[in-house]
Amino acid sequence: MSDSPIALEHHLEPHQQHHFVDMEQQKHAASLGMWLFLATELMFFGGMFCAYLIYRWSYPVEFGVGSRTLNLPLGAANTAVLICSSLTVALSIRATQMGKRTLTVVLLLLTMVFGLTFLVIKGFEWNEKYEKHHIPGASFRLSAEDLKGVNVDPQQMQDFQARTQTFYSLYFAMTGLHALHMIIGVGLFLYLTYAAWKGQYGPAYYTPLENGGLYWHFVDIVWIYLFPLLYLIDRNLQK
Amino acid sequence: MSSEKSEHSDHILPSGLYWGIWALLIVLTFVTAWVANIDLGRFNTVVALVIATFKASVVVLFFMHVKYTSEKLTKVVIFSAIFFLVILLSLSMADYASRLMN
Repeated sequence: MSDSPIALEHHLEPHQQHHFVDMEQQKHAASLGMWLFLATELMFFGGMFCAYLIYRWSYPVEFGVGSRTLNLPLGAANTAVLICSSLTVALSIRATQMGKRTLTVVLLLLTMVFGLTFLVIKGFEWNEKYEKHHIPGASFRLSAEDLKGVNVDPQQMQDFQARTQTFYSLYFAMTGLHALHMIIGVGLFLYLTYAAWKGQYGPAYYTPLENGGLYWHFVDIVWIYLFPLLYLIDRNLQK
Repeated sequence: MSSEKSEHSDHILPSGLYWGIWALLIVLTFVTAWVANIDLGRFNTVVALVIATFKASVVVLFFMHVKYTSEKLTKVVIFSAIFFLVILLSLSMADYASRLMN
């Protein structure tokens, strides 16, 4: 293999695969592949957002009742936590571009801390839902406090509660799917941090870090939409 | 080939830009939570979605470097993904909205 002049030329850059003309082309191909994956992810989450839209259109009052029982301060705090994690991802890639290995590793560790903080806060929120019997199923019930200001015919209460469970089902499905993406993201970053610590990335090659960052930002964007759609609809119902 | 390579090196964005974007996103998070408590009727949803879309665009353009990418194919993928999402949402809603009209 080493006698071939082509092979020699191609192995000047250690990270370059032999089927690419140069690093630039390789990087573009990897980036395009990542964006195509994110496009499929968008359609994946899009199906859930579509289900949300249809049921919210059909049951606006029930969705309002469900939404205002969510913990707004924790939801807003989690939004801020994810924005911070996106910042540390962007800064870690910048640090790699400048060849600062230690800074890269520190920023990647911080990203994972933010990611885990998000999951812990989410866990507290889910636990609160469990304690308040807001998990769809046999023990689901809305308290008088939850229904304050909403006129529901007592005879139709059972149907009303059943429809409100639709909101909670979508809430758990959407935040659960998002949390699963966060868990995968933390796992991904665990590997990226290890590889960065080993010195595998530098100004010449950091494609895995960049694509991991794209994934992380995408998951952040999903939450940017989930937060207003789940937590902020009809907060004024309580007046 | 070698002269091209120096041009290809990705230009590094100033860290101040990232911090500025971060501050903007944090401020908008508080704005959207605050506006939700003001009764704007059905416009509450519109305002919340406009702010969310603005935040998402900023993340895509700056954190995901789409504003600075030279690769047109990436932009084609992004626009077609959004286009198909809009088809999914708008045609589904056109169906449901017109069913309830009767």
